[in-house]
Amino acid sequence: MKIGVLALQGDFAEHIAILKRLKVQTIEVRLPEHLKGLDGLIMPGGESTTIGKLAVAYNLMEPLRAFGQRHAIWGTCAGAIFMSKDVSRNQPLLGLMDITVERNAFGRQVDSFEADLDIPELMQATGTKDSYHAIFIRAPIIESVSGDAKILASVADGRIVAAQQGHLLATSFHPELTSDTRFHEYFLSLAD
Amino acid sequence: MEQQTGTFAVKKGLAQMLKGGVIMDVVTPEHARIAEEAGACAVMALERVPADIRANGGVARMSDPDLILKIMDTVTIPVMAKCRIGHFVEAQILEAIGVDYIDESEVLTPADEANHINKHLFKVPFVCGCRNLGEALRRVGEGAAMIRTKGEAGTGDVVEAVRHARAVLGDIRRLTTMADEELMAFAKELGAPYELVKETKELGRMPVVNFAAGGVATPADAALMMQLGVDGVFVGSGIFKSGDPARRAAAIVKAVTHYQDAGILAEVSKNLGEPMVGRNVSQMPEAEKIAGRGW
Repeated sequence: MKIGVLALQGDFAEHIAILKRLKVQTIEVRLPEHLKGLDGLIMPGGESTTIGKLAVAYNLMEPLRAFGQRHAIWGTCAGAIFMSKDVSRNQPLLGLMDITVERNAFGRQVDSFEADLDIPELMQATGTKDSYHAIFIRAPIIESVSGDAKILASVADGRIVAAQQGHLLATSFHPELTSDTRFHEYFLSLAD
Repeated sequence: MEQQTGTFAVKKGLAQMLKGGVIMDVVTPEHARIAEEAGACAVMALERVPADIRANGGVARMSDPDLILKIMDTVTIPVMAKCRIGHFVEAQILEAIGVDYIDESEVLTPADEANHINKHLFKVPFVCGCRNLGEALRRVGEGAAMIRTKGEAGTGDVVEAVRHARAVLGDIRRLTTMADEELMAFAKELGAPYELVKETKELGRMPVVNFAAGGVATPADAALMMQLGVDGVFVGSGIFKSGDPARRAAAIVKAVTHYQDAGILAEVSKNLGEPMVGRNVSQMPEAEKIAGRGW
């Protein structure tokens, strides 16, 4: 299996390091031709405005939308924003998932946090019982899911922080910043 | 399901989100808008860019919180601000207004000539400058969650940033080939905490994100720093002291993403207008250099 990581800006190296630990072949994606032959794509954390502008400048928008029709894509934080249909402000979005997102929904950096989440699908898929320790950095929330999109995880107050729509995955937290590889394993099962 | 804020993972994590990006100095909300529009991953809000701090002389201090707040209201990307070295009350004020990162910066006039701020005491993360690995790891030991080279700010001359990046990355390369029993002597030589020297060896890189700063003025300068091995780039005076800031800013953003693609670098380097005038560091009197501030 060959997984691409969108490397326009953000913590793509952290995703690649985890994929390497899982013995998966990886490639950095900066231009449309880098998508050829991939079984799945991860869009990392970073600044969604920066990533969107660079994707537009290098003609990646349509190739990414086409890729998402047939292959698994997972967006973490900025990547999740980029996957969404609406963020209540004007910036480039792929609109691949039927979710709307609120950026920086928990506040500024001093409000960034760590928390344990219960994610039944993840535990079931990986055959584990431990809750998932998630890191949220100036994180967005998924305001609403519609159509085929399903809620995967919420924080204690009920706000949605992970969603799935078929082979498409969005998390507002950063599994790539932890040593827990379960989320990456879960994504690989969607890409297979 | 308790939520913990201000942890080191969260502080370091924001710097990880900035990787592969460009952080731009801005002095007005209008500049901030231009920077965000050009694709900056964060802005540094300040009253004067380093080139003007040099020109004006006198004591350079933290910027007016009202200006920083106006810039925070203007953009959705993270906003950083500078405090003086050792001036922990300026840092408390910046934390109170909610900036996303504090730069404890040699560009401002130092408030303490022996000690830096104890950065572990803050929820807001700090970035600090360095000239070598020892200085970098001393700052991490004090709680810095991100490191940048000092370079020589406000000159438009990249030579010092190159010197400092080579010093840091060269020392890391040496460290990775050392036997474990050599680490204590190396820690002593660097003047750095032993545990962090050991961690750096194990990781094969700095334990926190490492940007270049101080003298970057062109897309080629930015790509040079990236190819040397830094995680991203700060551009201070280089953008808004140039002829066409919006165009140059967007070009530097593209150069950092496509830093290994000479064809794209050639494309983005075209027709950028006048670069900042710049000052040659090798002809500058020692007393005018600011990289020596910090201990």
